Amino acid sequence: MENEESRVRTDRKRWLDDPANVRKVYIGLWVISLVLLALDLVYEKHAHYPAEELFGFYAFFGFLGFAGLVMGGKLLRRFVKRDEDYYDR
Amino acid sequence: MTGSPFVEMLPPGAILVLGALLIPLLRGRLRSAYMLLLPVLGLVQLLLLAPGEYLAFRIFDYDLTPVRADRLSLLWGYIFHIAAFVMVIFALRVKGAGEHVAALTYAGAAVGAVFAGDLVTLFVFWEGTAIASVFLIWATRTERAYHAGMRYLIIQVGSGVLLLAGALVRVWETGSLDFDFIGLDGAGGLLIFLAFGIKAAFPLLHNWLQDAYPEATVSGTVWLSAFTTKLAIYALARGFPGTEILIPIGTLMTLFPIFFAVIENDFRRVLAYSLNNQLGFMVVGIGVGTELALNGTASHAFAHIIYKALLFMSMGAVLYRTGTIKGSDLGGLYKSMPWTATFCVVGAASISAFPLFSGFVSKSLILTATAENHYTLYYFLLILASAGVMEHSGIKIPFFTFFGHDSGIRVKEAPRNMLVAMGILALLCIGIGVYPQPLYDILPFPVDYEPYTMTHVVTQLQLLVWAALAFAVLKRYSLYPAELPSTNLSTDWVYRKLFPAGWGYAVRVGGGAWTQFKGRATRRTVGFLETLHRYHGPRGILARTWPAGSMTLWVAILLLVVLVVFYL
Repeated sequence: MENEESRVRTDRKRWLDDPANVRKVYIGLWVISLVLLALDLVYEKHAHYPAEELFGFYAFFGFLGFAGLVMGGKLLRRFVKRDEDYYDR
Repeated sequence: MTGSPFVEMLPPGAILVLGALLIPLLRGRLRSAYMLLLPVLGLVQLLLLAPGEYLAFRIFDYDLTPVRADRLSLLWGYIFHIAAFVMVIFALRVKGAGEHVAALTYAGAAVGAVFAGDLVTLFVFWEGTAIASVFLIWATRTERAYHAGMRYLIIQVGSGVLLLAGALVRVWETGSLDFDFIGLDGAGGLLIFLAFGIKAAFPLLHNWLQDAYPEATVSGTVWLSAFTTKLAIYALARGFPGTEILIPIGTLMTLFPIFFAVIENDFRRVLAYSLNNQLGFMVVGIGVGTELALNGTASHAFAHIIYKALLFMSMGAVLYRTGTIKGSDLGGLYKSMPWTATFCVVGAASISAFPLFSGFVSKSLILTATAENHYTLYYFLLILASAGVMEHSGIKIPFFTFFGHDSGIRVKEAPRNMLVAMGILALLCIGIGVYPQPLYDILPFPVDYEPYTMTHVVTQLQLLVWAALAFAVLKRYSLYPAELPSTNLSTDWVYRKLFPAGWGYAVRVGGGAWTQFKGRATRRTVGFLETLHRYHGPRGILARTWPAGSMTLWVAILLLVVLVVFYL
């Protein structure tokens, strides 16, 4: 009985269960990202290397670096992935 | 109180190690209270301990210094005790006393090692951490955990043996056992470097970590995350500051685990890869070796122990409630474990070094030192690795456990003691991030550094938010690798598959030759024994009993021969 109740409580419809809201989060992330990028136009950067002072250096570095690492992982999977019970057989 | 026998006669760590022995005698609330008291007493002892050397004695012409308290060892001592206190809270529900005894002995041995002023004392505690901690893995009580623990123990004890060998060579080279700057000049230094490198999980020496940690119990993995590897970082900072080879080694450590973390399905193993990556930043700091860099390593170790324990606790709580920690089975748990999810996100933000969280104020010391000393390539590689931290610990862990695809798993929130432990650590993460000055005040060297500059905050946010954006884009277009039930090969394949397979091959190929050789050897041996039997056996000519008269006859003949020869 208690389990039933807690099930009902946790299974109520959440804001994130609606795909339209997930889309809002996605768009919100784009907005924040672009605002952060735009900040590069309005303040004076004090970086260690000239390259870092280029417009949007860290934003693009973060985006491309992240994507590159994930793709690298996908590539690695081709070589090292085995079945879950590989060592137990 | 300073100068009291309690503070100076008892080596730091002894309260935990000796105190742990009494745990099996206690039950229930009394045991809980007692276990919580031990790290508190230990911490009080450290707070009262004045810097200096204690309990020194002389044996066989060698000076031993079991206790050396200075800013470096005290900092490690503080955080080890804080971690032990919170971990005791997290582990309070564990029924058997054995796991508690192992955990507190392990923590105490790590504290003892940090305060060791000579290499022999260091060796003793070094092996102590290895032996005590393996019981946290074996406590899972599965065949799998047994084997993983065995592999872990062999490698850890091996590291200790290398340390002892290095210490002996060093005594022969320098005549001293002191544990101060060691450097790579002599063979002894090289051996010790290797011993430290194994425990610090250098590339190719690392795999014991990812192999063993995820096999420990729910709270065992949390304990393991704090002590062994950070002890190794301490030892490197003490013995090899400014050793430049550590910069490429550390940078490699920050990068290669990321690729494995991306595709790993066991989330405690993902955190083990992430732990390896964090150690890399600290190793780079030691390699740069300036005051700023060493402060960075020390503060990052301090902050890291807290957020890494928090992350392991959140995954431990998930495992405790759901019975699984596989990414392919999890998702949507924020609905039933909202507090655990919140704490996990705080840990994730801290390790990713978001402004106002602890990683931001500690990692940047190392990065700044790297740039100021013109290690340009490594500096940019470390920034790339920072984006990678955002990947595996910042996003993958919380997203695929608590959000993402709803797995349909409905469980209760984590038990209260686990929530309290996670809550304390989450507060510490935010506290250090918002107000880093108290941490900066206890670092080994004076700190002249301001983390919250406009440039630093904006560039860091750009890096992290755009990395998160990359995740969202990859996910949206189904380019992000799915969580799949799998095993990913790493260096442990060499000793788990190659060596056993090689042995099997050797037995098969060598087997034929062996049978042939054995046949021939048997025939020869039998032939030899038959010869022996013929002459010496019961009926052999040399074993017959001869009458006494024949002997007299032979003596007479011999005498005659001698006489004849004499007269010739």
